[in-house]
Amino acid sequence: MLKVVEINNLTVQYPDVKALDDVSFVINQGDFLGIIGPNGAGKSTLFDSMLGLNTKYKGTIKFFGKDIRKSKNYLKEIGYVPQKPIFEKNFPVTVNDVVRMGLRNESDENRIDEILQQLWIHELSNRRIGELSGGQQQRVFIAKALVNNPKILILDEPVTGIDQQSIELFYSILRELNSKQKITIIWSSHDLDAVNQLANHVACLNRTLFFHGESEKFFSDDKLIKQYSEASMQEHMHHH
Amino acid sequence: MSLEILTYSFMHRALISGIAIAILCSVVGLFLVLRRYSLFGDAIAHSSFGGIALGLLAGVYPLWTAYGVSIVSALIITRIKDKYNISSDASIAVLLSSGIAVGLVIIGFSGGFTIDIFSFLFGSILLVSVDDTVLILSLTGAILIVILLLYRQILYSTFNEEQAKVSGIPVEKINYLIVFMAGITVVTSIQLVGVLLISALFVIPNVTAIMYGKGFKQTAIISMSFSVFSVVVGILISYVFDITPAGTIVLLSIGLLAGTMVIKSAGLLSKN
Repeated sequence: MLKVVEINNLTVQYPDVKALDDVSFVINQGDFLGIIGPNGAGKSTLFDSMLGLNTKYKGTIKFFGKDIRKSKNYLKEIGYVPQKPIFEKNFPVTVNDVVRMGLRNESDENRIDEILQQLWIHELSNRRIGELSGGQQQRVFIAKALVNNPKILILDEPVTGIDQQSIELFYSILRELNSKQKITIIWSSHDLDAVNQLANHVACLNRTLFFHGESEKFFSDDKLIKQYSEASMQEHMHHH
Repeated sequence: MSLEILTYSFMHRALISGIAIAILCSVVGLFLVLRRYSLFGDAIAHSSFGGIALGLLAGVYPLWTAYGVSIVSALIITRIKDKYNISSDASIAVLLSSGIAVGLVIIGFSGGFTIDIFSFLFGSILLVSVDDTVLILSLTGAILIVILLLYRQILYSTFNEEQAKVSGIPVEKINYLIVFMAGITVVTSIQLVGVLLISALFVIPNVTAIMYGKGFKQTAIISMSFSVFSVVVGILISYVFDITPAGTIVLLSIGLLAGTMVIKSAGLLSKN
């Protein structure tokens, strides 16, 4: 197994709280990893650190065997789909524009066409991004993440505020990307059932990592699930 | 209107420079408007006032000192804004007022040179020399080439800075590049509309073009067309009726904006 990501003793200390406490795990090539945890469990902090947006951490993060503090080259191999991309509603860009943003001037047009078709947004390509529904926008951003032919796809809670039909389509696309195109997927989610169905590995995070392994092991262990649910519930009560 | 005015060489220079400036301001301005940085042009223009005063005092060609002062102060204010987390609008206010303040103090020291200052405040496009025209064309060409080569990167970091960063785009460098290009553009355009009306050229054609609901390239082309139309027609009308070109150009572009709003509210444009 080729290790694509190695995280060792990752600790992030914010002024008032320890967001991540001594987290270590490995992601292998081809893994479909579901990261679960209640609100405030440190999922976003983990992603920010992995993506180089947060550099104030202790420990090491390696992509493809190389420390990300030493080189940002690994970012070229990553497609990132943010939770809810923030942009002005009347920003004058079409789906075509969005997908090509940031690319070199000569882009692989056939490949882009193929991706737009695969994600069912081909017919929307001349529409402005702000006119689309949440589910359509999400597929545009997945398409955008895929145009560089990434080896790893990182998705942050990507079904918030999206209708059920779009969610189903989104899940089937993820499954296909992982099984057919062999893209390693790192996906944070609240939805335990979806993680159970899709992911082959689970990382359960609540500031510390209290489980990481094959998803079958997690979902066949009632004690672990109960522990997780209680932690989520406490967090939930805490928030209200 | 007599066609005779089109035979004057000063009019050729005015129209050629005017068209170049119109295109330049609309392109650079589009990125500023989309970054919610609409008044940045205004702020740079005001800081160039300090530079102009400095040039007049030192006996140097005022546009040169204006380029220096504007670009340096724009880059410094951007650095300060990032370092101390000052909001965009507040940093614009600081830049704007400090430029005027420096200009006023220098004018005070020198005992006043109001006549020269006046042409910089309101523009003097009919007086551009051959050298000015060559400079305007070269700077316009250079900036447009840079934007053409980098527009997908610039657009991405304008659209969503965080996502652009994660894609490995040097967002900070691009921010400084835009500020640098805006500084050059503003000082170059002072001859057309003067310090006081600069932001009209940056903002109005772009706000108008965005309303047409098109993609990025088409929006840029619509904006450039409106901008060129206002400048050309504005220069000609102002000459014929002997009124100020700057005011006429800006009023024409406001007219296009108003017309677009009417068309839009009549439901003739796609909703956005």
